[in-house]
Amino acid sequence: MSDQFKVGSKVRITNAYPPGHIRTPFFLRGKEGLIIRHFGKYPNPERLAYGLNGLPKLNLYQVLFDMETTWRGDGSFAAKDTLTADIYETWLELV
Amino acid sequence: MTENSGPHGGHDHSHNDFQPDIKEPTENWEFLEIALRELLVDKGVLSAREIQDEIEAWEKKSPEKGAEIVAKAWVDEEFKVRLLEDANQTIREFGIEVEVLKMVALENTPELHHVVVCTLCSCYPRPILGVPPLWYKSKQYRSRVIREPRAVLQEFGTKLSDDTEIRVVDSTADCRYLVIPTRPVGTEKMTETELAKLITRDSMIGTAQARDPIGKRS
Repeated sequence: MSDQFKVGSKVRITNAYPPGHIRTPFFLRGKEGLIIRHFGKYPNPERLAYGLNGLPKLNLYQVLFDMETTWRGDGSFAAKDTLTADIYETWLELV
Repeated sequence: MTENSGPHGGHDHSHNDFQPDIKEPTENWEFLEIALRELLVDKGVLSAREIQDEIEAWEKKSPEKGAEIVAKAWVDEEFKVRLLEDANQTIREFGIEVEVLKMVALENTPELHHVVVCTLCSCYPRPILGVPPLWYKSKQYRSRVIREPRAVLQEFGTKLSDDTEIRVVDSTADCRYLVIPTRPVGTEKMTETELAKLITRDSMIGTAQARDPIGKRS
C-alpha cells in the first residue's frame, strides 16, 4: 500500500472528518497537491495519542499545494506562492 | 486594626507601576498539569529538582546555536549539502543529538523563500533554536501566515518580490524545520563568527531575512 505514492505523485487529501487526535489540518481536507518528498516511516500519531505503540509505522510525505487553488484566490499571496504540509499515507489518495 | 495600620495602610504610591503577577490557575488543563506533576513527584517517578533542571536546560537553549550552524552552511558548501540531506546527522557536529524527530533544513534563495509554521500546535526546532517566541504559538500567526503570508511578512518588516515564491511550510508531523536564510550581499569577506551575528531567530523561521553586513535588518 505504501508503494502507490512517490515523489511526483498527484494526490488528494482525504475529505473525511473522523473524531480523535488527527494531524491532517482541516483546511487541506479534500485539497489536491503534489508529493515533493518522502521522509520515511513514522509511528501513527492517531494511535500514539491514545497510549498505543503507533505500529504499523506509516510513510510520511511532504505535499505541496498551490495557494491560489487551496484558498480559491482569497488571501494575501502572489501567483507563485505555495504551502506544504507533512501528511501520512493513510490520508492520501492518488488523483 | 485601623485603616492605616495594616501592611497596606498609610502609603500613597500606585500599585499599577508593578508588573502583574502570574495569574492563578483557572483552566482544566492547568489543574491537570499540576495534578500530574505532583503525582510524578509523590510516586518518585521524577523529583521536583529534576523537573526544574529540565525547564532550566530548555530555557538555556538559544537561537545562537542555529546561527552557528547556518553561518557554517554559508561558508562551507559541502557542509550545507550534508545539512540539507541529513540534518540530524550533520548537527551532531555541533553537539546536538536529536532522536525520534526528523530535523530538516530548508535553503532560502532569491527564487524561493520558506517560512515555517505549525498550524496544529507549536512544533518548532527547539533543539536548535530553543523555546519558540510567543507569537509563533499564537492563533493569529498560525491561522494567518498559511493564508496571507505576504501580509504577515510585511508586518514583520519583510517585503519580498512577487517573483520570489513564498512557500509556507506547515510542520504537521515528525519533521522540525530550520530555514537557512539567503546570505546577504556584501558579506563575502566576513568570517563565520561575524556572519553568525547576522543570522537572527526570525530569519531561521523565515519571517525575516538575515541582517545586512552592517547589522541592519533589511
